[in-house]
Amino acid sequence: MSEVPLELKYTSDHEWLRLEDDGSVVVGVTDHAQAALGELVFVELPEAGSEVVQGDACAVVESVKAASDVYAPVTGEIMGINENLGDAPEKVNQEPYGDGWLFRMRLADPDALDELLDAEAYQALLDELD
Amino acid sequence: MSQRTPLYEQHLADGAKIVDFSGWDMPLHYGSQVDEHHSVRRAAGVFDVSHMCVVDLRGSGGRALLSRLIANDPGKLRSPGRALYTCMLNDRGGVIDDLIVYYFADDFYRVVVNAGTRDKDVAWLRQHAEALPVEVQERRDLAMLAVQGPRARELAAPRVGVAAEAALALKPFTAAMDGDWMVARTGYTGEDGWELVLPAGEARELWQALLAAGVRPCGLGARDTLRLEAGLNLYGQDMDEEVSPLACGLAWTIAWAPADRDFIGRGALEAERAAGSSPRFVGLLLEDRGVLRAGYPVHTAHGEGIVTSGGFSPTLSRSIGLARLPAGAGEQCEVEIRGRRLAARVVSPPFVRHGEPRIAL
Repeated sequence: MSEVPLELKYTSDHEWLRLEDDGSVVVGVTDHAQAALGELVFVELPEAGSEVVQGDACAVVESVKAASDVYAPVTGEIMGINENLGDAPEKVNQEPYGDGWLFRMRLADPDALDELLDAEAYQALLDELD
Repeated sequence: MSQRTPLYEQHLADGAKIVDFSGWDMPLHYGSQVDEHHSVRRAAGVFDVSHMCVVDLRGSGGRALLSRLIANDPGKLRSPGRALYTCMLNDRGGVIDDLIVYYFADDFYRVVVNAGTRDKDVAWLRQHAEALPVEVQERRDLAMLAVQGPRARELAAPRVGVAAEAALALKPFTAAMDGDWMVARTGYTGEDGWELVLPAGEARELWQALLAAGVRPCGLGARDTLRLEAGLNLYGQDMDEEVSPLACGLAWTIAWAPADRDFIGRGALEAERAAGSSPRFVGLLLEDRGVLRAGYPVHTAHGEGIVTSGGFSPTLSRSIGLARLPAGAGEQCEVEIRGRRLAARVVSPPFVRHGEPRIAL
């Protein structure tokens, strides 16, 4: 069973978002996604400062199997990226909700999070996939 | 409806992630493809390759059939147990399949062909066998395991249905047979090891005995990264019916002599060789960060080529690939990955053999 932390928001593309105290969001891929991707060997992240629109392919995770796009879950600015993944992409497999985070964003519309899935809805989506 | 090997239930019990491969439900990995890869480089791993097809050629016409159908020369097979790697070609010189031919007696050759091509291969063999005193027998009653790695033979020897002493005495690219068991010192990983053919009903017992002896179960994922590091071609990816052995690094498997051996595809190969226009088939080491994948364009000073196989090398911790480049292409090139051009260096495969890097990083 994949882990689905209750406090996070999710997209149907299997990304998670965590709202920080300063109003920014941290973005990663879900436990389900990392398991489906297989062992990651390379992560390509967006440039800090770049503007992304919801749905844009803005990062790539490459596993032993294939390259997969990661889509911007909301519209906004990339504030920072997880530099540690350059040498340790396997962190995404090991701790998808922790040290395996991908990037941090500033939301263009603070209400955009409300339109994403909560843990219950994301879990329902996973149940459908099984 | 997917086909399953005699070990399908065993794979599930061992925790395999199952994927479709050429219409077969096969294990991709049993938890970690990378760990499985390292196990084969450092100790021993076992692969279920029962989806591959064992075909026996029984009768005095086996030699004549092979002489007509394969680009390598079956005449090289003089002592029983010798194996030969070769391509079977169409009349345009394109590769119908790559295969290993084993010679056991003048009236008994065995060939092992790929899973994805087995139906067309068997049909092709039967079609050309019609006029000859030879019977083409597809052995669906047999299973095949590959046990590979520096400790593979030592760990497997007490458990194979051929006397351990005889099995351990086998030289590379030879095989021994006892009843329905065959032990061959061949493989697809760049490591020492055996490919074992045995009755399907005995496969599960052998598999469990190997695991109990400390041999790690390995899936198709590790099989692919191991063969890529070893610089070995994958049919359907590095070559197919539109590509000749001259264009996929397999010129060494073409036996031009004797000149009067008229194998199918010979005329087309001779014309291609005379024209001298064959592409270069090379290894690539990506110098920038990223991962090479099959299908990526390669830009060279002499035009555009293509990555035919690519991936991440667990042994080198770098991305490597095989590529077809225009004739005359030099040692430096750029691979286009998602619109960006990254530097790559042409190298001579294998990338890794017997556990050791064979290229400068």
